[in-house]
Amino acid sequence: MSERLRVNPIACEAHGMCAELLPERIALDEWGYPIIDGRPLSPDLVVHARRAAQACPTFALLLQETSR
Amino acid sequence: MSVLPATPLAATSGSQLDWYLTRATGSVALLLLTLALALGVADVQRFSTPAWPRFVLDALHRNVSLLALVFLVLHVLTSVLDSFAPISLLAAFVPFASSYRPLWLGLGAVAFDLMLAVIVTSLLRQRVGHRAWRITHWLAYACWPIALLHSLGTGSDVKSTWLLALTALCMALVAAAVLTRALGGLSRETAGGRLAAVGGLAAFVLGLLLWLPGGPLGSEWARRAGTPTALLGHAASGAHGGQR
Amino acid sequence: MTASEQGLPRLLAGIPPHGALTLTEHLELHGELPQPGRRRGRRGEPELIELVEQAGLRGRGGGGFPTGAKLRAVTDAASGPLGGRPVVVVNGAESEPASSKDRTLLAALPQLVLDGAELAARAVGAEEIVICVCESAGTVSRSLTDAVAERQRHARRGAPGMRLAAVPGRYVASQETALVNHLGGGPALPTFTPPRPFQRGVRRRPTLVSNAETVAHLALILRHGPQWFRQLGTPEQPGSALVTLAGPVPHPGVYEIELGSLLGDLLAAAGGLQADVRAVLFGGYAGSFVGGEHLPGLALSDEHLAPHGATLGAGVVALLSDRSCPVAELTRLTRWLAAQSARQCGPCVFGLEAIADTVEQVTLGTAGRDARSRLQALASLVRGRGACGHPDGVARLITSAVEVFADELADHAQHGPCAACEQPSELPRPRAASGARRPAGAGDPSAPLSLAGRV
Repeated sequence: MSERLRVNPIACEAHGMCAELLPERIALDEWGYPIIDGRPLSPDLVVHARRAAQACPTFALLLQETSR
Repeated sequence: MSVLPATPLAATSGSQLDWYLTRATGSVALLLLTLALALGVADVQRFSTPAWPRFVLDALHRNVSLLALVFLVLHVLTSVLDSFAPISLLAAFVPFASSYRPLWLGLGAVAFDLMLAVIVTSLLRQRVGHRAWRITHWLAYACWPIALLHSLGTGSDVKSTWLLALTALCMALVAAAVLTRALGGLSRETAGGRLAAVGGLAAFVLGLLLWLPGGPLGSEWARRAGTPTALLGHAASGAHGGQR
Repeated sequence: MTASEQGLPRLLAGIPPHGALTLTEHLELHGELPQPGRRRGRRGEPELIELVEQAGLRGRGGGGFPTGAKLRAVTDAASGPLGGRPVVVVNGAESEPASSKDRTLLAALPQLVLDGAELAARAVGAEEIVICVCESAGTVSRSLTDAVAERQRHARRGAPGMRLAAVPGRYVASQETALVNHLGGGPALPTFTPPRPFQRGVRRRPTLVSNAETVAHLALILRHGPQWFRQLGTPEQPGSALVTLAGPVPHPGVYEIELGSLLGDLLAAAGGLQADVRAVLFGGYAGSFVGGEHLPGLALSDEHLAPHGATLGAGVVALLSDRSCPVAELTRLTRWLAAQSARQCGPCVFGLEAIADTVEQVTLGTAGRDARSRLQALASLVRGRGACGHPDGVARLITSAVEVFADELADHAQHGPCAACEQPSELPRPRAASGARRPAGAGDPSAPLSLAGRV
């Protein structure tokens, strides 16, 4: 079991806090929307990913468990 | 500013302390509410600098709002515990239920209720859902002018310089924030909405300036505002300034 | 080869020159529906699903997903913890401007599609069938309404209920989550997945959303068996398929082909080429271009088109002659596709606009030197970053166009518009449906394509 980041593009409003809190895995495109690196998160990044997901004002950033 | 005369009324120095605390916590709450509003606008405008990234300003907005609520709760408690004015705990939540300056105190209750609604929905945002949260959050813009009117109408020291200066400062900050929001704004807002916001702000400021001289800054405001007659009797209290 | 030797027509057998085949005529032609093998239980008829899996039928709406697997996913979801009796949705909305096959089927051979829908409902244990049609497709609606009424008069006890639903003509409205959203009373816009419709769809039930042509194939597979179905086509893509042919041929329109057959045979059936072909657009507006030089020997199946970066998609085969200006066509296409965005996701809204702007600048000669790499970068930037596949489709289109039309793009970037830019568009135009805007710079809208329906 590993955790991965996903963004709900409909909910996302380009606030950009996620990229500030997890620059290792999230970059912003030229319009301010997140480009997510969807690879499994290493354990030391998970706590930051959780914080980034909680910081999102629209709950667009999702932390999901996958079996791969 | 009017004050309790030292001998007849201040049955306990505790009552005087209550009164100071009520005024102090209320003023701080108003100031914090102003800051929270300004930070909220910065948030939605996606303002940030290298030293103040988005997540910091957002967290600041949340924390300042919570702090404002803390001071607001203290303000409510001290005013209820203050034995001078008959303000029940119920009156803190149910608008216009108090016998002391019912209208002006009632506005305070309205502001308090709005504030609670905004903060509770924000804390339970995940359960409440984004749409309900957003609609409720707009009420925060209504909360501020109501709180200000409450402050001007209820406060027995409304003519003091420091309070008027504080009021002017808060008004200026809110005006700047609302203008930024209305004129900057996100592209999806309509021209009509923006115009309404700017118009509303102008109307409020103008109304305030027209009302203050004949209202709280005028003569016998305490009586006109609905202070119970029994409390008016104390001569040094009332509309004209006394010492602290 | 005669039609019977070819094994075609199958779907289009007996298609009347106008109007629709009646229920009686349909049953005379194809025979009765297969009866349930045993008493139908709550979980549907698993033997039907097995037959579909053996036949190897793949969806004909553009996705190409194995239909048997989809049926199985719906029944699995229905018997899972969240359960619920499944619903069958037949997707006849066909918002792809270059495709007319679903309309043709639904207007002329509705009983075939309704047979397939009924069988699909039996397979998954559904009692409710919704047939979605474009709200502006009047002929189709009338034909289907009559066909449904005819069936109800002859209905066996326990046959699933059928109803029509009108769908806006917007491009993204026929996407499966948009359909489910619309049927639930919401806007005809895609939603974030999961859950996918097969897990939770109409009224939170597991929902099978299947293209009208796919469903029609079911009606024949379950009458004649998987072996019969596999007599045509390739092992990977068995059976026949409907394509919509457009371009410089005497008889453009809807044709039924054997999958894996030559494009040349299709063109011959349509009366032969009347002009040289610069490129072919396969799949649809959001498909891929293949250069005309690859046409000889080109076969119509996904595995044959894959080396050229294309798939059959929704069966669109749109030819661009050498008289057209591909760059001008691309400008119209990208501008229209950008306008069709559901406007729910930032990368789609801004990215598709940027792509359309860049292509337009290239056409007018005002683009920078790096326009080609900018387009490729934009394609990578929008791919996979929307809630639905719309930006992916545009990315696919642009990536193929940049390769196939490299010379014309470079030429326009340097010299601006060419003489052919002013020509009317050769690609089929979007219908004047609600919500659909005409492409920028388009001339008069062309008449609907002739529904040739020939083999």
